[in-house]
Amino acid sequence: MERKTKISAVDGKQELVITREFDLPLELLFKAYVEPDIVEQWMGTKVLKLENKKHGSWQFETKNAQGHVVFQANGVIHEFIPSQKITRTFEMEGTPFGVQLEFLEFEELTDNTSKLTMHIVYRSVAIRDQILQLPFAQGINMAHNRLQNIVSELSHDKAK
Amino acid sequence: MNLRRDVFQAIADPTRRAILLLVASQSMTAGAIASNFDTARPTVSKHLQILTECELLEQEQNGREIYYHLNPKKIKEIADFIEPFRKMWDDRFNTLETIMKKHKSKE
Repeated sequence: MERKTKISAVDGKQELVITREFDLPLELLFKAYVEPDIVEQWMGTKVLKLENKKHGSWQFETKNAQGHVVFQANGVIHEFIPSQKITRTFEMEGTPFGVQLEFLEFEELTDNTSKLTMHIVYRSVAIRDQILQLPFAQGINMAHNRLQNIVSELSHDKAK
Repeated sequence: MNLRRDVFQAIADPTRRAILLLVASQSMTAGAIASNFDTARPTVSKHLQILTECELLEQEQNGREIYYHLNPKKIKEIADFIEPFRKMWDDRFNTLETIMKKHKSKE
């Protein structure tokens, strides 16, 4: 099966390119990036602010079930051309990664298909590589936590 | 976890990446590897030690010589390290596609 989402991360470069083809007309794909309530659904975060215009800014926030903020990100929009292009900055708050520059390009393939190209530039190669490894590290942590829960449940059962 | 991090630190160094490329095609002795670099022999030895410690390279005794070759299993692990990141975006985009398809039929 062909992979729909492709990532190109050239060794030793401080950038990466994510491409994805959608079974969606271009307008609908673009809409998913500009309507706050739709962005919230697929990004899995709350949209506090999303000003879709040149010099506009945006702000996302995610809280856990206990109401604690677990993710905050913000940035500014440098270029906004409907159904074509969004150029923006992205910064995850409370992390050492700093700001990254994102070039989003939207293309029509056919009446019912479209393509997104996301070109991300990081401050350094080291930061890019760390960010690439984040989901991997989180995956390890999650597996580790699950294992710990199972182990503590087992020892709890024994104690009974 | 520590070992994993070490692997990525190991390949972050350009000389070590060059060594991996060198031995990718054939097993080589430390001397043969060192002759490809301007750096001092002990420096190359140190790089070989690090690469061996994190299992990217394996040693094989052949008579009096020790040959270094790639550990394909470990290399495969590194090649796959981008996969969780790709999967994260693929999941997000799949959700986006599903949401917008519903959105379309509503209109």
